Amino acid sequence: MLDYVKLLILGLVAVLAAIAASYARDMLYMIHMILVMVTATGLFLWQLRRTDEPVSAEVLETEYMDGPVRVGVALTAFWGVVGFLVGVFIAFQLAYPQLNFDWAQGYMNFGRLRPLHTSAVIFAFGGTALIASSFYVVQRTSAARMWGGGLAWFVLWGYQFFIVLAATSYILGGSQSREYAEPEWYIDLWLTVVWVAYLAVFMGTLIKRKEPHIYVANWFYLSFIVTVAMLHVVNNLAVPVSIFGSRSVSLFSGVQDAMTQWWYGHNAVGFFLTAGFLGMMYYFIPKQAERPVYSYKLSIIHFWALIFIYIWAGPHHLHYTALPDWASTLGMVFSIVLWMPSWGGMINGLMTLSGAWDKLRTDPVLRMMVTSVAFYGMSTFEGPMMSIRAVNSLSHYTDWTIGHVHSGALGWNGMITFGMLYYLVPKLWNRQALYSLRMVSWHYWLATIGIVLYAASMWVTGIMEGLMWREVDDQGFLVNSFADTVAAKFPMYVVRGLGGVLYLGGALIMAYNLWMTVRKGVAKATTTAAAPAE
Amino acid sequence: MEDTYTIMRIFAGTGGLIFMFLAFIGMILFIFRPGSRKVHQDSANIPFRHDDKPARSNETDGSDAHLREARQ
Repeated sequence: MLDYVKLLILGLVAVLAAIAASYARDMLYMIHMILVMVTATGLFLWQLRRTDEPVSAEVLETEYMDGPVRVGVALTAFWGVVGFLVGVFIAFQLAYPQLNFDWAQGYMNFGRLRPLHTSAVIFAFGGTALIASSFYVVQRTSAARMWGGGLAWFVLWGYQFFIVLAATSYILGGSQSREYAEPEWYIDLWLTVVWVAYLAVFMGTLIKRKEPHIYVANWFYLSFIVTVAMLHVVNNLAVPVSIFGSRSVSLFSGVQDAMTQWWYGHNAVGFFLTAGFLGMMYYFIPKQAERPVYSYKLSIIHFWALIFIYIWAGPHHLHYTALPDWASTLGMVFSIVLWMPSWGGMINGLMTLSGAWDKLRTDPVLRMMVTSVAFYGMSTFEGPMMSIRAVNSLSHYTDWTIGHVHSGALGWNGMITFGMLYYLVPKLWNRQALYSLRMVSWHYWLATIGIVLYAASMWVTGIMEGLMWREVDDQGFLVNSFADTVAAKFPMYVVRGLGGVLYLGGALIMAYNLWMTVRKGVAKATTTAAAPAE
Repeated sequence: MEDTYTIMRIFAGTGGLIFMFLAFIGMILFIFRPGSRKVHQDSANIPFRHDDKPARSNETDGSDAHLREARQ
């Protein structure tokens, strides 16, 4: 019965997409509708071949559902490499403008590739890592198989389809001009559908859990899912100009529009890149260190403090604007209060290793995870400092902000994800160990040195450019033109690009290492004898 | 008489603020309630149980769960 409903929906979507494509008012919309039509038709045929086939095995409640996790892990590594590659390319575009090729104008110039880079690393690499790891963690810590049967596959592939739509729209010039929320209205609607399914799978698994308590990592994952749903829906409230066109008009205007965007923008950092990844930290660091988290009480306080405080921090993106002073002061104060839970969480992660610090010498994967927590502490120190109005007057609009974002994204999000991948791949493909620990060490050092080059050069160029912008002579005239600051930044831009090359090189080594682990790794003995009491 | 913004604004600065503050303090006090140490110790060890298979339906804890504590 369900198969017929699926066929009906897929057929309907394919026909409607074909109609929409023929009525399309712009090229982007037409290309996307053709993409939808082809995908829906393909899925229709695939579904048709499976319909009324005898179900090979009854749903196994005695096994975890790891298929979507395996695919998600592979896609995470893939999107990581793609995102870093685009990042390195646009870094060199800034240093050498000739790389904005004439033949690719309007498609591959910096303005088009920059959102492609940010979305590829945050939403494709980070988002897929979060979906895959949350599916793994929620099953293990609930002692229950994932709820919803094939719905988990829908979440994973539906999210990938969102990524493809978003990426193509950036190249083809579709954007609603909201940072980190660029995709247009119909892509937003699709993501909403996928996200509701994600929430259902996650909640369903929690509800049928066999452990009496919900482990703290799941709290973080759940807050990430719920809050991102809320942020996404509110920030993308818009009226399409036509249902056959990609353009839309925001429901808000003026300063309300700006405030909504940065309420979204900062909480995307707070709940996507922080809460979600803290879920990873609270599961994978204890697992890799083979020790429970340092203080479970602290982890609960960490959670609630983060939830209570983060949501207010957005206005610090709008200092010295039309936003009322009280609002930007509120944002600043809450950003500074965030020091407490952030550092509490960092201490909790690091102290999990107390009594096992020697493992850092022998286990490069654990070293990666610990470094990521250290970067979490560093960037959550830097961020509140930059949110102080006086500091912000120097740092805002400069490369310092870019450096700050990357020490958080490359250091914290990147490193914890790499650690997660190194932990999960041998587990999921039932291998005794990783293909090569030396390669993990190489990856670790390339990535770390890459981040250091990146962050240091951006500090220098950011503060330099901030100081140059505000420099006035004794008559009160500005000393530097904008082009002067651009020229002065050239050496730092080259260093930044090289840092990116190192980071990308590390990720390529990781991709090879994981691939070889799956291909050549020695399989673990499948039957485990009854474990004797230790 | 007053517009929605003002009403919301006044509520946020009084009742809303007090409610949030008390909820937060209440949460912290609850964490330190007597007997929470044992519960939290058990919860902290959840990742070390059921690594390979879900719990069977007739049990709430893994049968050998008490053996799967982390080495400490």
